Amino acid sequence: MRYLIKGGVVVDPVSEKLFESDLIVENGSIVEIGRELKDPQAEIIDAGGRYVCPGLLDMHVHLREPGYEYKENIQSGTRAAAMGGFTAVACMPNTNPVADNAAVINLIKQKAGNAAARVYPIGALTKGSQGKELTEMADLKAAGAVALSDDGQPVMDAGIMYRVMQYAAMLGLTVISHCEDLSLAAGGQMHEGVVSTMLGLKGIPAAAEEVMVARDILLAEATGCRLHLAHISTAGSVRLVREAKARGIKVSAEVTPHHFTLTEEAVQGFNTNAKVNPPLRRQADVEAVKEGLRDGTIDVIATDHAPHAYHEKDAEFQYAPNGLIGLETAVGLVFTKLVQPGILTVPQAVAKLSWHPKQVLGLPGGNLQPGAVADITILDPNLSEVVDPTKLQSKSKNTPFVRWKLTGLPVTTMVNGKIIMQERRLLV
Amino acid sequence: MFWQRKDLLGLRQLTPEEINLVLDTAVPMKEIIGRKIKKTPTLRGRSMVTLFYENSTRTRTSFDLAAKFLSADTVGLSASSSSVAKGESLRDTGLTLTAMGVDVVVMRHPASGAAEYLARCIPAAVINAGDGTHEHPTQALLDMFAIREKKGSFAGLKVAIVGDILHSRVARSNIWGLTKMGAEVRVVGPATLLPAEIEQMGARVYTELDAALEGVDVVNVLRIQLERQQQGLFPSIREYSRLFGINQRRLERTAPDALILHPGPMNRGVEIDPQVAYGSRSVITEQVTNGVAVRMALLYLLTGGEHSAISN
Repeated sequence: MRYLIKGGVVVDPVSEKLFESDLIVENGSIVEIGRELKDPQAEIIDAGGRYVCPGLLDMHVHLREPGYEYKENIQSGTRAAAMGGFTAVACMPNTNPVADNAAVINLIKQKAGNAAARVYPIGALTKGSQGKELTEMADLKAAGAVALSDDGQPVMDAGIMYRVMQYAAMLGLTVISHCEDLSLAAGGQMHEGVVSTMLGLKGIPAAAEEVMVARDILLAEATGCRLHLAHISTAGSVRLVREAKARGIKVSAEVTPHHFTLTEEAVQGFNTNAKVNPPLRRQADVEAVKEGLRDGTIDVIATDHAPHAYHEKDAEFQYAPNGLIGLETAVGLVFTKLVQPGILTVPQAVAKLSWHPKQVLGLPGGNLQPGAVADITILDPNLSEVVDPTKLQSKSKNTPFVRWKLTGLPVTTMVNGKIIMQERRLLV
Repeated sequence: MFWQRKDLLGLRQLTPEEINLVLDTAVPMKEIIGRKIKKTPTLRGRSMVTLFYENSTRTRTSFDLAAKFLSADTVGLSASSSSVAKGESLRDTGLTLTAMGVDVVVMRHPASGAAEYLARCIPAAVINAGDGTHEHPTQALLDMFAIREKKGSFAGLKVAIVGDILHSRVARSNIWGLTKMGAEVRVVGPATLLPAEIEQMGARVYTELDAALEGVDVVNVLRIQLERQQQGLFPSIREYSRLFGINQRRLERTAPDALILHPGPMNRGVEIDPQVAYGSRSVITEQVTNGVAVRMALLYLLTGGEHSAISN
């Protein structure tokens, strides 16, 4: 199939430039870029002045397969991704069984063969993510793991984390750290502050995250390992990353849309859809995270898409699991809360959703150029939608953004030259 | 002024007028408890379930007697003896009870917010008899009843709450209720047992007992759970008692007629000296009577009692 994408504004996140250009796509590749292209054989996609971007990558999602298919599976999760404008996702290894060996990575890749988006599995750092013994990292890499993480199960023993990083550095694999000191978080339910005090919910202090951010930065410095910090959420973490980068340490960081939009106030009324780890923080943290995005301290926006079934979130707050879904609201939140207020330009926002996470994971596809794979997302900065959970593709509906009006949405998702989503409708 | 709410979940939501309505309604109720024949037909044909997911003797008995004095039918359910032990969700337990014709569910639960959650799930009235470390509104109302009865009003009163504020639903409900009524609330305890940013709830925060007690009109002494020491929250009972235990000497700082409250059960000799507990300023035993009166008032108001007579 041959497509001519006409009349769009091409976004180049590498040079941070926008230019009006047409694209011709054939057999999964971009074959030509230029102005006023004509091709009578090609089917025309009218971009109509909208942004034509390299395919977006969400490098932090939980697809729940194998083991928790009642929450989400690879099929439903990638459909949610495509609907959200993502041509690819990287999925965390906390499945059942844990993706701590090549067999599970192979299973995920096999199941993802006909999925609606590319799936890049992340392997576990330690066996069973128990924080005790190293996984067969070379085997994981050979099977297709793009990075390593014990997301959700922080490696508490600094000595083991040190050896994990030494070994991962040997293999050139990025370590993704979920920074949480469990002795400080100690069963906490939300951010520690006036709201946790009012609600009588056990608090998680900012220090629970920052202590581990500091530790892992020091271990990355000591080992030379490439470190990526998942979902940082506090002003202190942003400061630590900024200082580490200034000292030349190989560290990158991500933030989730919920951490740049919501505060601890969202938990009022014991809203289990606002229960997430790391917890929603204070307004000052939201501002610090936005400043980190603006000044480049934070490289990546990723959703930490964490589906949970209705009956799991329909419970007393402390019995509900942590996590919320994010794939289908991420782009809208980025445009509404970061691009429109002028915190990020469109190329900067696209860089944090595509080029930067691809760099972190060592994946191709920085910008759109002839010869590049035809993973393309078209974004309409003016299109608005109100979030309606019944219309979401994800199997689970645990979003705190119900009834939010989002402006700036993906209108086309093309993976490997195939249109998956067009004008807010899935074609697969 | 009529009672409008379906439930009583906490004092955070209540207006000063609503608090006064409850306290005013409790006055004639207390009179009923003092009678030889403690029975009125007011809530005849009404039903109340006490649903307790935590052990409790006094609160449960207090609700049970309150309902019986008003002629309501009562059933008691404990987590260990019901379908809860089989893993039934709180929503389903609540719907089942409602389907059986229950008018009021009185619930104690270890999870903060459980009462609010149940109230959203079912049409029956829910009274929060303590949820986690969130609120214990009937305890705070009975404390306030005692204070109002002895001091006349709340405006300008200084109330010190002493002890483990972090884990105390009683402290939180008292802070909401008392500050709304114009009292000054001070909280004092070891730094490890003071919740974060509690000053933003309107309380003054102290870690030194003598300073906190200076000139106060009421001292509300909280029970210290002995397992908090094992959790590393304070070094020893000995040091806790030395720094925060209430005894006669400590009370020299307070106003001369200061009241002593304790929600019970007491650790005598730890957080409170027996001399103080049984002394002339203590209203600890009277609090228990007030508890029944306040709960009678709430059952009456929540079942639409404004349309029937209190005194018949």
